[in-house]
Amino acid sequence: MELALQAKKNIKHFFTEIGELSHFAGRFFREFLKPPFEFKELLRQCYQVGNRSLVLVLVTGFIIGLVLTLQSRPTLIQFGAVSMMPNMVGISIVREIGPVITALICAGRIASGIGAELGSMKVTEQIDAMEVSGTNPFKYLVVTRILATTLMLPLLVVFGDLVALYGSALVENLKGDVSFQLYFNTVFDALSYGDLVPATVKSFFFGFVIGLVGCYKGYHSKKGTAGVGIAANTAVVMASLLVFVVDFIAVFVSDIFYEL
Amino acid sequence: MNYDMELKEKIAAQNSQSVQKKVVIDLRDLRKSFGDNHVLNGFNMRLYEGENLVVMGKSGSGKSVMIKCLVGLMQPDSGYIEVLGKEIKTLDRETLDILRSDIGFLFQGSALYDSMTVRENLEFPLRRHKERMGQNADTEPLVLEVLENVGLAHAIDLMPEELSGGMKRRIALARTIILKPKIILYDEPTSGLDPITSKEIIELMRSIQKKYGTSSLIITHDVDCARVVSERMVLLVDGINYAEGTYTELSSSNDPKVEAFFKK
Repeated sequence: MELALQAKKNIKHFFTEIGELSHFAGRFFREFLKPPFEFKELLRQCYQVGNRSLVLVLVTGFIIGLVLTLQSRPTLIQFGAVSMMPNMVGISIVREIGPVITALICAGRIASGIGAELGSMKVTEQIDAMEVSGTNPFKYLVVTRILATTLMLPLLVVFGDLVALYGSALVENLKGDVSFQLYFNTVFDALSYGDLVPATVKSFFFGFVIGLVGCYKGYHSKKGTAGVGIAANTAVVMASLLVFVVDFIAVFVSDIFYEL
Repeated sequence: MNYDMELKEKIAAQNSQSVQKKVVIDLRDLRKSFGDNHVLNGFNMRLYEGENLVVMGKSGSGKSVMIKCLVGLMQPDSGYIEVLGKEIKTLDRETLDILRSDIGFLFQGSALYDSMTVRENLEFPLRRHKERMGQNADTEPLVLEVLENVGLAHAIDLMPEELSGGMKRRIALARTIILKPKIILYDEPTSGLDPITSKEIIELMRSIQKKYGTSSLIITHDVDCARVVSERMVLLVDGINYAEGTYTELSSSNDPKVEAFFKK
């Protein structure tokens, strides 16, 4: 009985959260289209988002490329298909691994950062101070951050993909005696628009949900320093989960699109 | 004569004396609840032009809620709020923002923007109100003027984290007056400060009031602060304006609920 009540409470909480997040997203679109536009703050946030995650994305991308190639090599050799390595690694990194891994890193780094920053601003009444000084805090803080993550994530994905491919090429160069030029030529020959376009489009959506969740959690954090920690923590969990949901939808939709 | 009768007579006398004075804030029958917690139960208050009014109440008595309702940061459940002749509830966002430029708000914890320098903190309120001064107006003299008023011109390029509690409060006060507001709302201006810094802040409040001729609404539970700055006081008890009068009148009252505020 107690378990059922708890489950009922959790389900109610889940749908309330989804409803409030949708309402928050709706407000973003309404405010985003209305002047005044905060270009200066948007540029600052783009720099912050890019700068905050670039090194982490590059290091992770390089390791992923390296490991993926090292792990796949013995199996491909077994089947006499080691020459297909650039094609396999290139497609898997560009279509799936690159965008998802980059998005997950950004969910951890950016969503938590935004959640904690806005949460602490809320707790220390800085958001209220902004409001009474005649600035719309939602436009200044939320719209700029969501736009910045939406615009910067695809760029980070491109950098992450390139470094991952470089890591893979390095392994092939050292172990298989394949030149970097041959490796990259084979990779780019194997890739088509059908691989690049959906991956880029879904990266924008990943960026959007990461910014949205970070801002939503921070903007609605409850009073007290404990609330700031909870906002940062739940922002990471929710953003990571939503990255997979968006990924599933994106793959599903692009599959339908290419079947037509 | 019981206390209620005495209070009513005093209010009536004050109202007749204040006929000539312009009302800048008018609160009537303000009510606000959070679940079962009824914080404001029909609170009434008037602030007159150029007046220093102190609202005193225990922690959690609804003082901050009341002051936040005044500037539209919180919506009351019911009641009438008029500020500078405009009813807050009926204003759209743009009109409310314009009205807010006439109201300065000093927050309890100073609320300086962490990521900005003192200069940027002071320039921030000017962004939306540049039309008052012209788009190309140089804001530097204004920033320097308010910083000199609070005696912190040397701190212009410091970050908030480099400031002490008292300095933060002074900078916040400078930010509050930079738009030359007609009304200043002080939310616990001396809370969290040592007695010496508190005195300095109180002196600063008085000098600013003198210089700019603002009307001030001061929310506090600091009796010393109330004694020095108030011309009139309102005691907020059980969500209503329980007693009103000057500091001397209230501090000599025999009513137990009023006495409780002034007991050392």
